[in-house]
Amino acid sequence: MTILSNIGLSLLFITFLVSLYGIFAAVYGARRNAVVWVDSARNAMLLTFPLLTLVVFSLVLLLTGGDFQVAYVYSVTSRAMPLYLKITALWGGQAGSLLFWSWLLSAFIAAVTLRRWGSSHAGRDREFLPWVIVVGLITLAFFLLLSNFIENPFERYWQTPAGEMTALFQPKGALPLIPMDGYGMNPLLRHPGMVLHPPLQYLGFVAFVVPYAFAMAALITGRTDDRWLRITRRWTLFAWLFLSLGLVLGSWWAYQVLGWGGYWGWDPVETSALMPWLTGTAFLHSLMIQERRGLFKRWNIILITLTYSLVILGTFLTRSGVLSSVHAFAQSAIGPLFFAFISISFVVSLSLLLYRWNDLRAEGQVNSILSREALFLFNNLLFMGILAVCLWGVTYPLISELLTGQKVTVGPPFYERASGPLWGGLLFLMGIAPLSAWGKSTLATLGRGMWKPLAASLVVVVLVLVLEVRNPLAVLAFWLSGLTFFITLFQYLRGVSVRSRIAGEPWLTALWRVGGRNRRRYGGYIIHLAMVLMGLGIIGIEMFQSETQGALNRDESLRLDRYTVQFKSLRVFDTEDGRNVAQAVMHVYRDGRFLDEYKPRREYYYDAQQQVTIPSIRSTLEDDLYIILADWQPMTATNATFKIYHNPLVKWLWIGTYLFIFGMVVALLPREGTERQRGDEG
Amino acid sequence: MQNISSKASPAGKQPVGGQWKFIVGGVLIAAAVIVLIVSATGQNSQYYLTIQELLDQQDTYIGKDTRISGVVIGDTIEYDPATLELSFVAAHIPGDQKEIDQMGGMAAALHAASLDPNLPRLRVVYHGVKPDLLTNEAQAIMTGKLGADGVFTATELLLKCPTKYEDALPQQAGSSQ
Repeated sequence: MTILSNIGLSLLFITFLVSLYGIFAAVYGARRNAVVWVDSARNAMLLTFPLLTLVVFSLVLLLTGGDFQVAYVYSVTSRAMPLYLKITALWGGQAGSLLFWSWLLSAFIAAVTLRRWGSSHAGRDREFLPWVIVVGLITLAFFLLLSNFIENPFERYWQTPAGEMTALFQPKGALPLIPMDGYGMNPLLRHPGMVLHPPLQYLGFVAFVVPYAFAMAALITGRTDDRWLRITRRWTLFAWLFLSLGLVLGSWWAYQVLGWGGYWGWDPVETSALMPWLTGTAFLHSLMIQERRGLFKRWNIILITLTYSLVILGTFLTRSGVLSSVHAFAQSAIGPLFFAFISISFVVSLSLLLYRWNDLRAEGQVNSILSREALFLFNNLLFMGILAVCLWGVTYPLISELLTGQKVTVGPPFYERASGPLWGGLLFLMGIAPLSAWGKSTLATLGRGMWKPLAASLVVVVLVLVLEVRNPLAVLAFWLSGLTFFITLFQYLRGVSVRSRIAGEPWLTALWRVGGRNRRRYGGYIIHLAMVLMGLGIIGIEMFQSETQGALNRDESLRLDRYTVQFKSLRVFDTEDGRNVAQAVMHVYRDGRFLDEYKPRREYYYDAQQQVTIPSIRSTLEDDLYIILADWQPMTATNATFKIYHNPLVKWLWIGTYLFIFGMVVALLPREGTERQRGDEG
Repeated sequence: MQNISSKASPAGKQPVGGQWKFIVGGVLIAAAVIVLIVSATGQNSQYYLTIQELLDQQDTYIGKDTRISGVVIGDTIEYDPATLELSFVAAHIPGDQKEIDQMGGMAAALHAASLDPNLPRLRVVYHGVKPDLLTNEAQAIMTGKLGADGVFTATELLLKCPTKYEDALPQQAGSSQ
């Protein structure tokens, strides 16, 4: 097996050299206008993908083969783990996930290299090529630098006379140290949500490098029209899709596994994953204004630069403290390097922007405060506001220490209070924006489209009042959700009915085909509807969650709202894959009527010596009943402690996600018919 | 983007209203963001202290929201599952990362702190389910208030076991088993 880690190690280093060569060749080729050199750089960029694939492949073989001399394999796998977890252990620790990041990046930039560069717009896209290569490969080289010299996944254990140590190559006088078994992946991470969450999040992160690379190429070459936006439109959507899914899956995992009844805790790691999503979402809206009206050109460059920097920052933060991130920042040696890289790339990007400042003058101005572009502008401001809240919250301990000498922290209530009204504003804008027209809109225009949905949304208000919702903020939130939902729905249906009338198509055909001519618009509507549904779930759990806890003897019960949860029995057993499971059987009644049996459990992982609490969740469209087995009497198993949460509406958060994916698919599909512009995809 | 149903008027040809509305709108949003941040910070911030700092200025901090970090002393943990009353003693660990690094990293610092009887110690009470990671030498981050009786009542308890994570060298390596 030594040979495998040597192969991985060498190829990892070679890839680093290849990317350095590619950067050099691209710069040289662009300066000298030498096509041969640019083509060579392009080949280098293409080559990084198969090379890294081999590196990843050798690491996966080491992981599945259980070669515990390799420190990374030791730290994230153990013999008892099933094969699929051994494979996904590739991103179960820091060294592996950095390599995984590089591999995804190389796949994406290689894919960009393969686009038909000269095929449209008189071959002028080729001007971008060397600089896209430079930006892509510099990013790749940075991550490969970390993988090669600081967080090398192929480091091995050696026994020397002086003691144990890790090194890449056999030190003099050292013997290989081969542990009998690995430490095993953190049990909390052995869950489908966690298996999928990092790759999706990373796909989203990495894909944003592509639009950034094109933005920089546009600045360097002086092609400051919207061509770079059009080329990368799909990449941006793709990146945004995966970033969003990564966030939702992470929340779903937290809800299913962490056993504290919530899905989002405003922990610095979560917040840092949300930040690029905020700027990315703002960018997604603001780029339409540039395409449509030639405005906000500088702003778009700033947004994509911010997104890129936050992506790199997010990668660093999410990796440095896997679970609890208090104090996790400074613990890794890669911290200073990350901050240096982010600062340098940020300063260089801004300098390029200043250099082209005058070329990026707007081709007009926003005149009407209710026009589509104006509403998009306010949408951007609100997103930036939420970003400011997040940045403030994450850095406040540092700021306060600098200013007053005293460290002061803020917790989740800070984020909720400060960002809540801004999310509400966004929800409102999301509702009325489809009613406004480009260029100029008046209150009358908006009012014409609004009165029917407004009436429908008032029905929602009456409904929630009848259901005894008395919190005014909650009523407001439901009303806004209803308004936005109905406006969007009415707009969609209006499009369908117009199409059905004009094209003479049956209604259902029109329902599907209405998006055909303008998929991004109708995909966008579907995504907005999905956001409202997800918002419902968030309102439900944030505003109406209730909980209770207590120790129960057999046949005793706990009551929470309309539910009665009765403790029937408890069973403790060992499993073949190295767990000790304590499983309680609970009978759940609602209004005195028996519903079903639920089995919350606690698992003790022998290899990692860690307890994991797995809730049992009764999930319906109306609410979730979330039952946790918190503790139990080891001897008799007749007494156990439970914690129960009642989470109204939270299922809509996950349902909205499916609709969201569907909307994204609609938006990403190529346009129907012959209208498809060939040069438009990246 | 091709907008089939656009009612857009020609770009930039209507100087109606001018730009002042946008400046006002933008300033309003920015002001709202600042107000939100400032007021939310004021209402929801906690002093982040070490046990030493908390005890040195007890009078200042009694009854105030604080967040403290300390190391759990294993044999002081008392838990009654029937009432969910949890109590333990936490010992001081440095808040400064450099100091912790000098002590040989977080794991070593926690170990040393748990053995040193001369360090300031604090009794902590918490009402709720005992967290899985509450064990000897775990780092506890506790949010709550110090009472006049010198007991810290935590409303939130966060635990970390640095030895559990990647940096630990294999212990069963080579010779054993």
